Amino acid sequence: MASTYAVEMQDICKSFGSVKANSNVSLNVREGEILALLGENGSGKTTLMNMLSGIYRPDSGSIYVNGQQVSIHAPEDAKRLGIGMVHQHFKLVDNFTAADNIWLGEKEGGPVLRRSRYDRIDEMARKFGFEIDSRKRVYNMAVSEKQTLEIVKVLCYGARIIILDEPTAVLTVQETEKLFSVLRKMKAEGHSIIIITHKLNEVLEISDRVTILRKGEYITTVDTASTNEQELTEWMVGRKVDLNIQRPVVEKTRPLLEIRDLTIRSDEGAVAIDHVSFYIRGGEILGVAGIAGCGQKELCEAIAGLRPIEQGQMIHKGDNIVGLSPKEILDKGISMSFIPEDRLGMGLAPSLSITDNMLLKSYRQSNGPFVDRKRGREEARRVIEELEIVTPSTETPVRRLSGGNVQKVLLGREIKAGPNVIVTAYPVRGLDINSSYAIYDILNQQKQSGVGILFVGEDLDVMMALCDKIMVLCHGKMMGVVHADKTTKEELGLMMTGSLDLSHKYEDKPAGIARDTLFKEAEQ
Amino acid sequence: MTDPISVLTLFLFNIIVYNIPLLYGTVGEILTEKSGSLNLGVEGTMAVGAMFGYLAGSLSNSMLLGLLVSMVAAGLCGLLFSVLTVTLQANQNVTGLTITTFGLGLYFFIGKGMGANWPAMQDSPSLVNGFAPVEIPGLSAIPVVGKALFSHSGMVYLAIVIAVAVWWYLKYTKVGLRLRAIGENPGAADSVGVNIVLYKYIHLIAGSAIMGLGGFYMALNMGGSFEGSNCWVNGYGWIAVALVIFANWNAVAAILGTLVFGFFNTLQVYSGSLASAFPEGLGWLSAVPPHLYMALPFLITAIVLVVSSIRNKRESSGQPSALGTNYFREDR
Repeated sequence: MASTYAVEMQDICKSFGSVKANSNVSLNVREGEILALLGENGSGKTTLMNMLSGIYRPDSGSIYVNGQQVSIHAPEDAKRLGIGMVHQHFKLVDNFTAADNIWLGEKEGGPVLRRSRYDRIDEMARKFGFEIDSRKRVYNMAVSEKQTLEIVKVLCYGARIIILDEPTAVLTVQETEKLFSVLRKMKAEGHSIIIITHKLNEVLEISDRVTILRKGEYITTVDTASTNEQELTEWMVGRKVDLNIQRPVVEKTRPLLEIRDLTIRSDEGAVAIDHVSFYIRGGEILGVAGIAGCGQKELCEAIAGLRPIEQGQMIHKGDNIVGLSPKEILDKGISMSFIPEDRLGMGLAPSLSITDNMLLKSYRQSNGPFVDRKRGREEARRVIEELEIVTPSTETPVRRLSGGNVQKVLLGREIKAGPNVIVTAYPVRGLDINSSYAIYDILNQQKQSGVGILFVGEDLDVMMALCDKIMVLCHGKMMGVVHADKTTKEELGLMMTGSLDLSHKYEDKPAGIARDTLFKEAEQ
Repeated sequence: MTDPISVLTLFLFNIIVYNIPLLYGTVGEILTEKSGSLNLGVEGTMAVGAMFGYLAGSLSNSMLLGLLVSMVAAGLCGLLFSVLTVTLQANQNVTGLTITTFGLGLYFFIGKGMGANWPAMQDSPSLVNGFAPVEIPGLSAIPVVGKALFSHSGMVYLAIVIAVAVWWYLKYTKVGLRLRAIGENPGAADSVGVNIVLYKYIHLIAGSAIMGLGGFYMALNMGGSFEGSNCWVNGYGWIAVALVIFANWNAVAAILGTLVFGFFNTLQVYSGSLASAFPEGLGWLSAVPPHLYMALPFLITAIVLVVSSIRNKRESSGQPSALGTNYFREDR
């Protein structure tokens, strides 16, 4: 087969048990081209690329590299063929230095470790146009540094075909721009790049062609120049989707939850939240933006009563909630749903059924020493119905559900308790478009019924469309609160990196302190 | 009246003589754990190494064969552990405990089965001579220290050499770097083409073989006399597992850890004679209830575990992040 393609995959099939992750998927990349691999979560993008990088083996189908048919049995084979993958969850050893992470897979340099390896890695990185500190340990690195290290790593192993799995998920706008210019440069040098993403604007910005997968099946490949967002979405989802997120206007009430001068320490003892003040009104969604690990988690935990605070006040409807137990805070109507990176870590017990997870929160309401399973089952059935959760039964262990459904269970349980303040962190983390929009609808419904919502999010586009106001955190400091309809992504990006501080934009009114505060005079 | 100096010398000498097997067990386990596998079968592995090594050595009258067979037999325990946990992905804790039970069972089964045919150590001069103290010229002539440190069996020096070699191997070779990477993040090592299965097999077997040497030493140190009630290894395998933590997964620090444990272990035996040899300074030793001495090594273990969990910062801790977890590439 005479091919000019750097990589060509034909009729690839791969199943995990009874689940077909890929069926008859084909894809090709030319030299010096950026191909976007687009698809919803669970559409098999990562699975397909893992077969190219040797993590999985295809059940059937063939792979050609530079026109030669190859079989890739292990990551070593992929490496030898010049295929390198930057995984979504970085494959780095945290307590090794940058250089040692690369040195691990290096064939040359002799059996004994010498100091000169640091210089060699520095030199190689510079050759590819990167500056890395080869002696820095990975756990001291920022996310973007780790990503750079991963890219340098695959380049050092001589990769000509580079796969990036959702590389922008953890980056700020500015960092994404920087990454894209790196990719363009690599493309100009003749590298072939496959970038996995579900962000349409990025597809349109960076790629030459797009290959679209849906539910493990190959849909089509198009030239980026001849398509648009609407068309791509329809291919990706399989039907027409309204891409606009609604932002209903709701009569706002006086502040429900006020945080004043709050300081919290992280597990390591560092200051995670640094003198932050803000408030949430009923009928409003306050977004919290910030680079990952800027104190979002600690803030949520403090409000839910899971983490002691260093100083400051938290006033809920005029009552101080500092020092109350999580249960007392819950009884006041403040609920929290936190979706951690691994999605199952907090809030749900993965091996328990939906019913049991419902009971985790409501078991106190039953009388006597026994659990009222019947009522739990009814609750579960109602949540399943209302939120359209796809599950075989109420007794299915939560970990067997797909990501979107797991998150609906968590959110559904929190909403069921009838809260007046919802703290939700990353509720759409890792969800596809359909499920994400379902979650936005749920939040909007709650907002319309007068609930105040704190929405810790990742995607700035979404936050600007969904939230009423956005508070930006940078290393635990509040950089200001902006109206979502009046701000720009660039402004938010600058605030997230700390180069723009709007917390004292107005002389008479510091950001985050309500004029019609419910603080009693004595407390002020 | 005992001569105080000779009591002190004997005390120091015995710290090493009776506790050096701990070093074998600890270093073997460090090599094992650095690959990310927690092998709780040290006790059983040492027992198997002791039994087979001693029988082979005494029946063939060859020290060398004894050494080899103890390593091979213990290495087979390591192989069993590898097959079960690496290839078949069995739970490491359960597998390790199984190996301890299995090893001790095999030990008593063979020992009792031999009955009257049990070979005595005196009948094989090669073992007796091979285990006899080697006085290091010059150094062994130093008073007290010479006898305490430099007139030991060759296997004592061998333990030190192995500990230093393992330390260097892990820290300064590329293979060691890759092994540590497997222990920290097998996914990362795999993605750059390190053959995880091969690395694990080799180092789990090598680690067990080193443990086996410790068992062989204990057999010879006990004069090769088999008792139906007590195993030669006598719980040392378990102390070795704790010592790994004490040494913070550092094979050279394990030498120090062995000496500290050995000090308290030996104090238990020598407290009376030390008290009577130095009535002014150490007279109070005899007033301490003997049960406290028995508890001391374990108290120290407990304290060490507490201290090391407080100290558990990423920078200083040598504990492999992926310790105790099995790696399966297609895990999702």
